[in-house]
Amino acid sequence: MSDVVKTLTAEELERRANYEKLANVIDLYSGKEGCLIQVLHAAQDIFGYLPYEVQQFVADNMGFSVSHVSSVSSFYSFFSTTPKTKHEIKVCLGTACYVRGGKALVEKLQELLGIGIGEATSDNFFSIHITRCVGACGLAPVVVVDEDVHKQVKPGDLAGILEQYRGAEV
Amino acid sequence: MRINDVKDLKKIADRYLAEVGKYEHTIYVCGGGGCLSSKCQDTKAFIDSYIKYRGLSEKVNVVFTGCMGTCAMGPVVLIEPERTYYVHVTPERAKDIIDSHVIAGDVIEEYTFFDNALGKHIPCIDDIPFFSEQVQIVLNKCGKIPFDSIEAYVAKGGFTAEAKALGMTPEEIVDEVTRSGLRGRGGAGFPTGIKWSAGMKAPGENKCIVCNADEGDPGAFMDRSAIEGDPFCLIEGMTIGGYAIGAKQGYVYCRAEYPIAIERFNKAVEIAREYGLLGRNILGSHFDFDIELRIGAGAFVCGEETALMESIEGDRGEPRQKPPFPFESGLFGYPTIINNVETYYNIAEIINKGADWFASYGVGRSKGTKVFALAGDVVNTGIVEVPMGMPLRKLIYEIGGGITDGKAFKAAQIGGPSGGCITEQNLDTPVDYESLTALGAIMGSGGLIVMSEDTCMVDTARFFLQFIQDESCGKCTPCRVGTKRMLEILERIVSGKGTLEDIDTLNGLANVIKDTAMCGLGQTAPNPVLSTIANFREEYEAHIVDKVCPAHICSALAKYYIVPELCKGCTLCARNCPVYCINGKAKTIHTIDQDKCIKCGTCISNCSFGAIVRK
Ligand SMILES: Cc1cc2nc3c(=O)[nH]c(=O)nc-3n(C[C@H](O)[C@H](O)[C@H](O)COP(=O)(O)O)c2cc1C
Ligand code: FES
Repeated sequence: MSDVVKTLTAEELERRANYEKLANVIDLYSGKEGCLIQVLHAAQDIFGYLPYEVQQFVADNMGFSVSHVSSVSSFYSFFSTTPKTKHEIKVCLGTACYVRGGKALVEKLQELLGIGIGEATSDNFFSIHITRCVGACGLAPVVVVDEDVHKQVKPGDLAGILEQYRGAEV
Repeated sequence: MRINDVKDLKKIADRYLAEVGKYEHTIYVCGGGGCLSSKCQDTKAFIDSYIKYRGLSEKVNVVFTGCMGTCAMGPVVLIEPERTYYVHVTPERAKDIIDSHVIAGDVIEEYTFFDNALGKHIPCIDDIPFFSEQVQIVLNKCGKIPFDSIEAYVAKGGFTAEAKALGMTPEEIVDEVTRSGLRGRGGAGFPTGIKWSAGMKAPGENKCIVCNADEGDPGAFMDRSAIEGDPFCLIEGMTIGGYAIGAKQGYVYCRAEYPIAIERFNKAVEIAREYGLLGRNILGSHFDFDIELRIGAGAFVCGEETALMESIEGDRGEPRQKPPFPFESGLFGYPTIINNVETYYNIAEIINKGADWFASYGVGRSKGTKVFALAGDVVNTGIVEVPMGMPLRKLIYEIGGGITDGKAFKAAQIGGPSGGCITEQNLDTPVDYESLTALGAIMGSGGLIVMSEDTCMVDTARFFLQFIQDESCGKCTPCRVGTKRMLEILERIVSGKGTLEDIDTLNGLANVIKDTAMCGLGQTAPNPVLSTIANFREEYEAHIVDKVCPAHICSALAKYYIVPELCKGCTLCARNCPVYCINGKAKTIHTIDQDKCIKCGTCISNCSFGAIVRK
């Protein structure tokens, strides 16, 4: 219990420290013209992504409307409004993979991780995505984790594959 | 310490040369982008510690440089004074090289550069055609000095051009650049002198000079290499430009995908400020100038000069209507001159050696050199700089070492998503602005992708249009909607559902988009399609009429066959086929029902006898 309290306050402390950092960055740029994109870069470095609250903070502190900040951040592919997870799992659902059991893999993955397609685990470790074809039809069905292509995956293999990444952490 | 004049520069150069002159050997380890991906940091760290361990620190100087050029062979290492060029230098190989070459004096030939065209190892860098056929003006220091040492840069003559320029009038500088015939290296080839003259004459207290380091062409990495390997040269070129047009502030706009370039350039700016080479009263003159780096955020259109300025100002990178032109009203409304990275890298040499010297390289209206990023199905992937006018054949076969795996050449794609392709019959065309334009390609920024017989040109056109569709900013209809329609037609063709009429529709749409799109992105987007139709119409027709992809790339058109002589009737393919389209009993020859086949390729990967082929 006390551990939970500690982690919560640690999180809150980190949050405050992050906003303080961002305020400093905005300060640093205050004399210069047209620095919104540079500030957004810094914000994404600090927070990992650009949630609404952060964009609101940037808008308030730089004298913009949120809609302006959002119109800029959404123009550029580099900025993300959802946290990137540590590892991205992409299941191929091209024709070959689909027929060879890709669908079962998606279902099994959702079951194992307790999340839906396009969602992230609560610890932001994994997220599940669908791709149309990764050009590895001869190895179907394939699951791509970050850059690694796992070939001829059966639903029973999935737990082991996830473990490879979880295991590498400790 | 501040550098106030040429005497100070000389002092620094002399001190540096005396310092490095005392070593018996210098080991240059490439720290360019390509070699970093091959873990050259490990090699560098190993060499540093092994040199110390062998007690050679007094005798051997180890230097970390920018890209040397042969990026696919990383990590690469050059050893002086012998000038031996080693490739694929892992820490293990580095140990052998130090033991044998540095200590015992025996070059390890099998670790040196292998020339594919000549079929042998060539130890000395000066004998390797990849290097000896190049003329380096832009890259004359890249890969030859530690990228983070201003002393090394000065020892190679750095900042002498700036000192000279500050003693000239702006008119004299603009005149020199104009007479040199230098044209912008960012794509369009606009004469730099004329641009600078307009900037110089534009009225205004505040003016800006901008460097375009967005390098958006997928497959191009020249600008990045130049900045990472020799950042001070960009500072010098921009300062001279700033002085000539009367700008006090310079901006470099670099894409966010280049963190190493950003880090090295920012570091160089800091050092230059310490030495008084940026800031107030540069080199003891009355000229004040500073440079700030702004980072892009992943949008191809921001390479277009007006979109780029929107982006520097912190807005959505949508292009502006011209006129007004940037030299009239550009960044923050000030008169602005914008040039490409490589353009600025030519300036110092032009000032130092003169317009006539520069114009002695090249042909016709294309003077000097051009840097290319050689990639694709070519042996020596990497960065090369050649005099304008060199035939493409020489560039690809002598410098590039020919096509990989002994395949046949099909086309060279030049100019990226705005460019076109050059075919076999035009391989002897000199590489200059006019000749390439005449062939429906463009010089572009320097991306040169070599394609072998295994490339489908229709699919290539589709690839580029897909890229354009993803990157179109959406501001004007021809680009936003027109390229979408073109992409849909191409997708139909590669999946075997096209009609001959589609080719005419593509041509028609392409010409309308060229004429009506608002900015260069849309105006040039149809080029890859027009160029492939003009040069490879028969490939389009094969997809449409015969329903085959001659290069066997488009999977919807692929067909799988079982070779009767090789089939053992093991039934493995039939049992693994997801749609049960393979017929045949055990120990009899199997066949594939083409109507049912979904071309997934599972059968090929299951056959142990190589009896299934894809055609
Ligand atoms: C869609 C588009 C993308 C461009 N991308 C670049 C680029 O990445 N780098 C560049 O230097 N010029 C690029 N340009 C050309 C610039 O608009 C501009 O012409 C150039 O920076 C001028 O410099 P130069 O005269 O030295 O070539 C692009 C143009 C268009 C239309
Ligand atoms: S990065 Fe080392 S040779 Fe290009």
